[in-house]
Amino acid sequence: MNQTMNPGDTQARRSFDFSVFSGPLWQKRVLLWLLPLAFLILFFFYPLSRILALSLDASALTAGNLRIAYSALRFTFYQAALSTLLTLLLGLPAAYLFARYEFRGKSLLRALTAVPFMLPTVVVAAGFNALLGPRGLVQNLLPSFSFEFVGTLWAILIAHVFYNTTIIIRVVGNALSSIDPKLEQAARSLGADPRRVWWHVTLPLLRPALLAASLLVFLFDFTSFGVILLLGGPQFATLEVEIYLRVLRLPDLPLAALLSVIQLVCTLVFSVLYTRILARTTVQTAPRAAETNLRRPKSIRDKLLVTSFVFLLSSFFLLPLSALPFRSLFRLEADRGQRDAVQYGFTTEYDQELFVNRRGSVFYVPPVQAALNSLGYAGGTVVLSLLLGFPAAVALARPTRVDKVLDPLVMLPLGSSAVMLGLGFILSYGAWLTSPLLVPFAHTLVALPFVIRTLQPAIASIPNRLHQAASVLGASPLRIWRTIDWPILRRSTLAAATFAFTISLGEFGATLLISRPDYPTIPVAIARFLSQPGGLNYGQAMAMATILMLLTTASILLIEKFRPPGTGEF
Amino acid sequence: MLEVRHIFKTYEGKPLLENISFNVGAGETVCLLGESGSGKSTLLRIIAGLEAPESGQILWDGVDLAATPAHLRDFGLVFQDYALFPHLDVHENVAFGLKMRGTPREEIDRRVANSLELVNLSGFESRQVTDLSGGEQQRVALARALAPRPRLLMFDEPLGALDRVLREDLLDELRAILHRTEIPSIYVTHDQEEAFAIADRILILHDGGIVREGAPADVWADPGSAWVAGFLGVGNVMRGEVRGRTKNGEWKVESGFGAFVVDCGHAHSPGDKVHFLARPLPDGAEADTNLLQGVVRDVIFQRDQFKVRLEDGLYLYLDEAPKVGERITARVKVECLG
Repeated sequence: MNQTMNPGDTQARRSFDFSVFSGPLWQKRVLLWLLPLAFLILFFFYPLSRILALSLDASALTAGNLRIAYSALRFTFYQAALSTLLTLLLGLPAAYLFARYEFRGKSLLRALTAVPFMLPTVVVAAGFNALLGPRGLVQNLLPSFSFEFVGTLWAILIAHVFYNTTIIIRVVGNALSSIDPKLEQAARSLGADPRRVWWHVTLPLLRPALLAASLLVFLFDFTSFGVILLLGGPQFATLEVEIYLRVLRLPDLPLAALLSVIQLVCTLVFSVLYTRILARTTVQTAPRAAETNLRRPKSIRDKLLVTSFVFLLSSFFLLPLSALPFRSLFRLEADRGQRDAVQYGFTTEYDQELFVNRRGSVFYVPPVQAALNSLGYAGGTVVLSLLLGFPAAVALARPTRVDKVLDPLVMLPLGSSAVMLGLGFILSYGAWLTSPLLVPFAHTLVALPFVIRTLQPAIASIPNRLHQAASVLGASPLRIWRTIDWPILRRSTLAAATFAFTISLGEFGATLLISRPDYPTIPVAIARFLSQPGGLNYGQAMAMATILMLLTTASILLIEKFRPPGTGEF
Repeated sequence: MLEVRHIFKTYEGKPLLENISFNVGAGETVCLLGESGSGKSTLLRIIAGLEAPESGQILWDGVDLAATPAHLRDFGLVFQDYALFPHLDVHENVAFGLKMRGTPREEIDRRVANSLELVNLSGFESRQVTDLSGGEQQRVALARALAPRPRLLMFDEPLGALDRVLREDLLDELRAILHRTEIPSIYVTHDQEEAFAIADRILILHDGGIVREGAPADVWADPGSAWVAGFLGVGNVMRGEVRGRTKNGEWKVESGFGAFVVDCGHAHSPGDKVHFLARPLPDGAEADTNLLQGVVRDVIFQRDQFKVRLEDGLYLYLDEAPKVGERITARVKVECLG
């Protein structure tokens, strides 16, 4: 930024830290890193080492285990590749639509396509269940129109498309709209018809972005868990699902550890590939033209195509999300054991039922307790991740060589799957699983990278000259923090806190493994409700999923409001 | 050859081009000169078929091109920022148009080599376009437009992104190439020096219309209107009032810089406000009765002369620098602009 203009400033910048931490450089670094590193070592690297050790155990590397691992790996690849292909099929035309056409409701539609990405997996699973499941809207309202959806590969694939299309739209769409329209015009004037312009100019220019986006989608599909378990069922054994099964259903921890290591190696390879490709995309951006190639659909064919595609996109993204609240408020089937005539229609019973502790219900506590648990865990996660994330973000905002080495270590939990984190906790702290306190620690592990990446740019954006100026004007370090740093950082801190809150609310994989049965969270409760027969259980699952969806959506809006512009793209 | 007939085009509801008509003859270089935003680039794009006019026609040898899409018009286009394909090397860039026409391989190689030779870039075939300097990139863009031997070449501010020295060199080369290949061309620029250097004929675009058209020397000698004279920087446009006639039928005009005698064919009457042009005369020029007077406010050195700013923002070009604050008298040639 502009503070580099002043040569004397670089020295000052290097020695700067928040004024509250005063002292020699190395002491400050130790202070800043002490808590975050201790946390990561205790709750990430140590559990990871336990998994690694167990996976190398003789009891893990048996022929039978390797066979199971191989078939899980093969199926994981298969479904991820298929999902990515389908996502491209919908995402590419959508990216083209957003990058090249101007139409009414465009920004609304773009926001709508981005909503699923932040939604908890249980909400998406419940949404599709409410729309297309055996007890869902379509099959209930059109009884003659019966089909299998939940429990098929299609359910998994479609939910993955629903989740990740926004990645293609953003990454490829941005690349598409940043291509200088003059390149295509030049090609036209050299005799290329529109089809050949696309093949010889546009597509080759898009290739890096296309590759990066596809790989990212593949990575998300590869590590997907909640959607596969809830919409597909345990028979669709990806690596993630198989790990879960080998921890909870058919306990075989060595096999689970082996699967985790395979999973980790795969995600690391994909992540490295992704960063490589990403580096190439940014290098290639030529000087950008002010001119855009946005146009309104003019010919009848154009108008028809655009309108029908906009309709298709909006129904695909809107229907599952709106089926959820609808299904939670309308009774369409008999409750379990109900003999008298079923009253169809509007009801708030499902929502009321959330406060009742029934005998024979799935839990020992009323379902509303799950919501209270979730809120408690989320609160803990917010406090913990801010406590750990702030010093790390301060260190990384103006990194020394040591900080640059530590940076990828802090981000590493991003690359490991939630189920694996849960397995690590079980292996390392199995004795403490009776305590509900472990859950916020697991959630913090997932949230920490997001919190740091939200705070870091905001802290880096405060020029050190402000501190120097305030100091010369007579402000004490504490005053400087209160009058300068905090007002600037307040918004980003709120965004980071909301991030942590949202992640904790929706976390499913790790929580499923380590939460105690009598301390369920909302996602865990939804998953259990969904697996139970009866209209009441189903309705309650829908009601809870609706509440979770609304909470998450509100949080997303908050984050968007508080996040400084230009951060947080993929 | 090319015939542009009654082109109308609006931009965001405001008229941008109003009834534009002109021709480009065989081997002729026509220059569209105008300020930025005057619609000259849009006019090029309409001719190229990249944009449609609201009304009007583009004809080639009498055939209306309305139904001919851009890629079938066979018009070459060179952009200000080159628009080279970043994913292709120099050879592939230059070969692009030939490839689209299905030219055989050996023929492509031969013509690419020819075009590169024409722009003095022989041997650059396998270079990446992103590694080239601005001037080299513009030469590649020119070679790319030349290679398919289009029936018309169009340049959209082709030298605007280059520095002055490079621009002058490239301009000379471009002139030579256009004359050698005899491809008719339209050259769009806002830089009048460029326009005078390259054009066989200049069209000046202003307020949606062509306000002056002619050979560079004719346009310079007779700008025709106060706006054109000011835009071209031909001399000093001044306002004055007609006071009466001399015995020879010349008009007597009074201005803040002195009284002048103007010979013109316009019908004026005393009291009329008129624009007129005062061109400074070199010292050795024949005697003229008109003398311009003013107080020097600033003297700016310009390569071969001094630009002298007088009160009221009037400029004079003198061979020797006067002192600031000095009252000077200069001999000028005065022309009436109506």
